[in-house]
Amino acid sequence: MALICGEHLAKTYRAGEVDVFAVKGVDFTINAKSFVAFVGPSGSGKTSLLNMIGCLDHPTAGKLTVLDTDVSSLDRRAAANFRGQHLGFVFQDFNLIPVLTVYENIEYPLIMVQNWPEEKRRKQITRLLEAVNMSEQAHKRPDQISGGQKQRVAIARALATNPQLVLADEPTANLDHDTAYRIIELMKKMRDELGTTFVFSTHDPKIMGEAEVIFNLEDGRIHPSTGKAVANHA
Amino acid sequence: MLNVIKIALRNLARFGRRTLLTSTLITLGIVSVLLFVAVAGSFKAMMISQFTDAVLGHLEVHRKGYVASIDTLPLNLNMKPSAVERVEQALKKLDAVEAYSSRVKIGAMFSNFTETTSIRINGIDPQAEVATTPMLPGRITEGSKEGPVLKRGEILVPQLLARGMNVKVGDTIVLVATNRDGSVNGKTFTVRAILESVTGPSGRDGYIHIADARELLRMKDGEVSEIAIRLKNPAQLDRVYAQLSQELTGTAGKSGNAGTAATVNQSGDAGMAGTASKGGGGGGGLEVHTWADLSPFASLARMIDLLTLFIKIMLVSIVLVSVMNVMIMAVYERIREIGTISAIGTPPSKILSLFLAEGLLLGVGGTALGTAIALAVIYALNIWKITFNFGQQHGLVLSPSIRPIDVVIVAAMVVIVALLASLQPAWKASRMDPVTALGHV
Repeated sequence: MALICGEHLAKTYRAGEVDVFAVKGVDFTINAKSFVAFVGPSGSGKTSLLNMIGCLDHPTAGKLTVLDTDVSSLDRRAAANFRGQHLGFVFQDFNLIPVLTVYENIEYPLIMVQNWPEEKRRKQITRLLEAVNMSEQAHKRPDQISGGQKQRVAIARALATNPQLVLADEPTANLDHDTAYRIIELMKKMRDELGTTFVFSTHDPKIMGEAEVIFNLEDGRIHPSTGKAVANHA
Repeated sequence: MLNVIKIALRNLARFGRRTLLTSTLITLGIVSVLLFVAVAGSFKAMMISQFTDAVLGHLEVHRKGYVASIDTLPLNLNMKPSAVERVEQALKKLDAVEAYSSRVKIGAMFSNFTETTSIRINGIDPQAEVATTPMLPGRITEGSKEGPVLKRGEILVPQLLARGMNVKVGDTIVLVATNRDGSVNGKTFTVRAILESVTGPSGRDGYIHIADARELLRMKDGEVSEIAIRLKNPAQLDRVYAQLSQELTGTAGKSGNAGTAATVNQSGDAGMAGTASKGGGGGGGLEVHTWADLSPFASLARMIDLLTLFIKIMLVSIVLVSVMNVMIMAVYERIREIGTISAIGTPPSKILSLFLAEGLLLGVGGTALGTAIALAVIYALNIWKITFNFGQQHGLVLSPSIRPIDVVIVAAMVVIVALLASLQPAWKASRMDPVTALGHV
């Protein structure tokens, strides 16, 4: 079952006097509960694609359906609402809120985005803290934990509202290889346990091998031979 | 909302030094304004009570044209008995009136048998005068304050004149006055007491019994120069003024706001309105004046109010600039963070409320601290009893006090301005494009 479907999707930016064609009419389908990587060098269009899928940006042309919703034309408020209800995000720089503890960072979307009752919140956060193995650090601030731990917290925060889709833009770029590998493993484990679809971007060849479906992006286009499930994972 | 406030508080704590600096500015501003309002207000109230309780009363009724010529104390513009009776009847109908005192004012020569000088004299009924201007006995600097303030044949001599003429309590002096018909009359008096001078009109007048004044002027009927009126509650000045003007002149007079406005805004317009009489008894119309119409201090009181307004405007400016500066910096420094919370689905309205809450908390914190300090200082000033001199009056005790409504107004003003100052930065944060914000370096 297709969770995300892009048809002739294009994105053009205006940089001064010049048009930059970040994504050039790509077609792709991503199924539910899959573990997908967009792979390519810097400037290949990975982040632009993830931004469009995450309703952070609008396509210039083409059609993009996410969870049966045409997200191409959502206005700012509707897009924010869609993100808050259905999507989770993991960022390259972790982007935790520095004034909140680990526990409160995970709690943030449950309070500020969705309005969960306290007891339900507590149970969810406890479960996620255990899942990402951060229970011991629950009351630490982001500046008191390591990069790998921060990314684990970010994954827990992304999963807090039980989204159907988590988008991770270069989630391992700021981590050493071992930590990066563990983060990818954690994401996969979460996918297995919760059935959440994970779509991430990377340019690290060692990490991209962990994905079950790989889309190779080059110069704004998806390489035709990619986008199928990798044999050993399928 | 509690969570928004919690996060806002932590954000403020995160930039502790900046928050402290801004809060300190707001606190200092609040302290300055509240102290100024308290001290200036008390000074104003004290000076007003000096005029109203020691000399003028709250209101005065004269025959039309008398006040315009008051420097010459014109006897031909005294109120006739019929007019006096009319005024007394009108006053008896007004519940707000506590007391009133009829006065005969005379310009006379004062002689100690070796030297002569001019003096302005108030002929008074001692009992009615003390009921109308209760601070009169308190002005006695030499001589007994016990018993009636004045008996027939006695005079209260103003301090400066007594000093210049070397007159002491118990001395005999002579007053010589020209009556309405032009004949000169004299009468001896015993100095009952020496009176402290009061700044303002009639503050250096002497006092004799009204019967003696009439005898000196050989008045056959009960003419009166003015009737001074004391109100139970000075805040009712506007209302009583309007009622009395209506009753005596047929014109309601111009009513301003109660309280300060009554003491300040009653000059000129109000007096003129009261002057537009339909003609009273006694061969001419009557006019009603508030103390502010008769005292130059009304201008000073207006200046105090103006200064207070300027100080408030300065406070508003300080709060506006400092809070706006902090909030603009807060938004600029947290662009990526705004991008993050926006990306994870925080509605723009919540981002707006988060930054507004930060500005609001800065305002509330500074205001709460400033108000507490200001009230403590006002309390301390009342304990220390600071004295000052005003004109000829020495050792006036400063008793600063502030009305709860003034505290509420200043506090509300600061909090609202803090909120308004955060509005633009908060709005900018809430409208930020998440992709641009996340890409901000």
